[in-house]
Amino acid sequence: MTNKIKIKIDGKEIITDQGKTIVEAAHENGIFIPTLCNFAGALPKGCCRMCTIKINNRFMTSCTTPAAHGMEVENNTNEINDFRKGIIELLFVSGNHFCPSCEKSGNCELQALAYRYQMMVPRFPYDFPMKSVDGSSPYIIKDQNRCILCKRCIKTIKDDQGRHYFAFKERGHKLEVLLDDKMGKEISSALAKKAMENCPVGSIIFKEVGFEVPIGQRKYDHKPIGSEIEN
Amino acid sequence: MPKKITIEPVTRVEGHGKVTIQIDDAGQVRETRLHIVEFRGFERFVQGRPYWEAPVLVQRLCGICPVSHHLAAAKALDVIVGAGTGLGLTAVGEKMRRLMHYGQIFQSHVLHFFHLSSPDFLFGIDADPAIRNIIGVVMHHKDLAVQGVMMRKYGQEIIKYTAGKKIHGTGAIPGGINKNLSIEERDILLHGADPLNADKMVEWSVGALAFFKAYHKNNKTLVDTFAEFPSNHLSIVRADGAMDLYNGVLRAVDTEGTRILDDVDCQDYDKYIEEEVRSWSYMKFPYLKHLGKENGWYRVGPLARLNTCDFIPTPLAQREFEEFKAYTHGKPNNMTLHYHWARLIETLHAAEEIKNLLIDTDLQKEDLVVKGKKSHRGVGVIEAPRGTLFHHYEINDNDQITLANLIVSTTNNNQPMNLAVNHTAKSFMNGQKEITEGMMNAVEVAIRAYDPCLSCATHALGQMPLEMTLVNENNEIIDCKTK
Repeated sequence: MTNKIKIKIDGKEIITDQGKTIVEAAHENGIFIPTLCNFAGALPKGCCRMCTIKINNRFMTSCTTPAAHGMEVENNTNEINDFRKGIIELLFVSGNHFCPSCEKSGNCELQALAYRYQMMVPRFPYDFPMKSVDGSSPYIIKDQNRCILCKRCIKTIKDDQGRHYFAFKERGHKLEVLLDDKMGKEISSALAKKAMENCPVGSIIFKEVGFEVPIGQRKYDHKPIGSEIEN
Repeated sequence: MPKKITIEPVTRVEGHGKVTIQIDDAGQVRETRLHIVEFRGFERFVQGRPYWEAPVLVQRLCGICPVSHHLAAAKALDVIVGAGTGLGLTAVGEKMRRLMHYGQIFQSHVLHFFHLSSPDFLFGIDADPAIRNIIGVVMHHKDLAVQGVMMRKYGQEIIKYTAGKKIHGTGAIPGGINKNLSIEERDILLHGADPLNADKMVEWSVGALAFFKAYHKNNKTLVDTFAEFPSNHLSIVRADGAMDLYNGVLRAVDTEGTRILDDVDCQDYDKYIEEEVRSWSYMKFPYLKHLGKENGWYRVGPLARLNTCDFIPTPLAQREFEEFKAYTHGKPNNMTLHYHWARLIETLHAAEEIKNLLIDTDLQKEDLVVKGKKSHRGVGVIEAPRGTLFHHYEINDNDQITLANLIVSTTNNNQPMNLAVNHTAKSFMNGQKEITEGMMNAVEVAIRAYDPCLSCATHALGQMPLEMTLVNENNEIIDCKTK
């Protein structure tokens, strides 16, 4: 039998199982906390900071912080939301995100979060970095212009022996997620599709099927991200 | 005293241009130029992108006729994905694209006639510019203004239902389309509440044509002689010679109607057409290779299309076409202001074609995409509202674009527009002591007849605005008027 605990998020009391993270507890109870790098089936790392909340006046990442009985969490406040919006803006300026011509537009979590947090124009200057596009795999286009380094592909796309198709290369501002040259050429069509689905943005694109889903039928065309969670 | 007139910006056109006119000591116009001062560069930054992004990416170079770029790119990519050169798509694929395209032609032609050009006809070329604009039309000719707005809206609605949204949709994809037309959508367009239905659009198109013909009757000399000069004409036509704005073969005729490009395959366009660069404009000057730079330039757009085609395959427009052809005894029509006449005949044709397509049950079929053996090169040619539009792409083995070449409709009309400016400047300004606003507008009327989209043509940074400068023989600016 699991131990039930009570926590409060923005003053609302919820019940959850001991051992669950705050973001899991919130989502199970219909409270939206935005995430990008966090992904079901992979260990949370707290690297994108989108799920930042405040506990005892300290900023914490809710995907890595276990819920504890009696915890009082600040989530949907002006201060935190502006912080999240800042993260979104930084992600936009640090890459080359041209939504109008991106296959993922309408299905993109970054774009959907930008709409949800009402980003009109970034407050930071654009980097306009020179980035490469790798089309050497028969099924995948890996576009570094749109990569937000969330590691979801690294953590979830593996072969039968557990080898990773994607990996980090370089460090700091040169850091990139690369598709392994040899494994990329051997990846199956099904796994390539899964890689595209798992990518929160348009950095991993399954080849040759662009724009087959019409406008109006994409995931976030009608409802904002998070509305599938919220009561 | 010699002087230079600059008209900048040229108004009521799409994009940003300026005109310079040199006048010598005797008050005679010596040289004129239409400068296109915008630069865009889409051909370069599409390189390296996955090929299927091209129809969605390249259409962003225009907000007026994005559908034309969207479809021309998609047609080029049809070839790359092995879906044929225009006739290889499924019935629903081709007809949905046609519906999107004719919706685009309809709304663009209406925009040009009612919003941009009608003030010149209603109030006169030299009328007070404070009235000679679309607001003046709304104030003094309300019914006409409402027609213009509603007709444009109808065309935009068609685009929304075929491309996904009114501007910059995604409907056409390599090898086909991503949606068909539902029965509900069809009924809205076919039998929508008055006036937004197919029959009303045909009726109003006939009315707009009657309006222009009445103006022509009352201003025969002006309409027939304004910037009239001989030229070649180029467009695509259907294999049987019919007007077809979506697909066909390349045909060009000279000023006497002799074929100088005899129904050649669009995939071979670069064997026949070359572009010249001149230092004073970002817009290139295309010409037919075998005739050379001096004699190979040509006109495109509605006037050219009516000069190259043998007939129009819808009855009401065909009747108007016959009247149009009879006016020049079957010879090509070289009168610049007859562009408006031709444009309105095409508007009527588009309205008829839209109605025909809407009642076609092929539009509800489900087989949206077809693909075959992939190739590395594809050319898509379409008749955009302003003329023949060429998109040419090449890709590498990784499905990334390595080359893009766009010859945009307005680019094809570069030399004719320059000549039209020259003719108009000479006839309105030669020997005049003072250059009036009306004279400057006459130059703009000549440019406007071609319905240029200057931003498209240069691939544009900047806003729309015509500048006219008067310079002396030493190139010193004497007078400069800006709008």
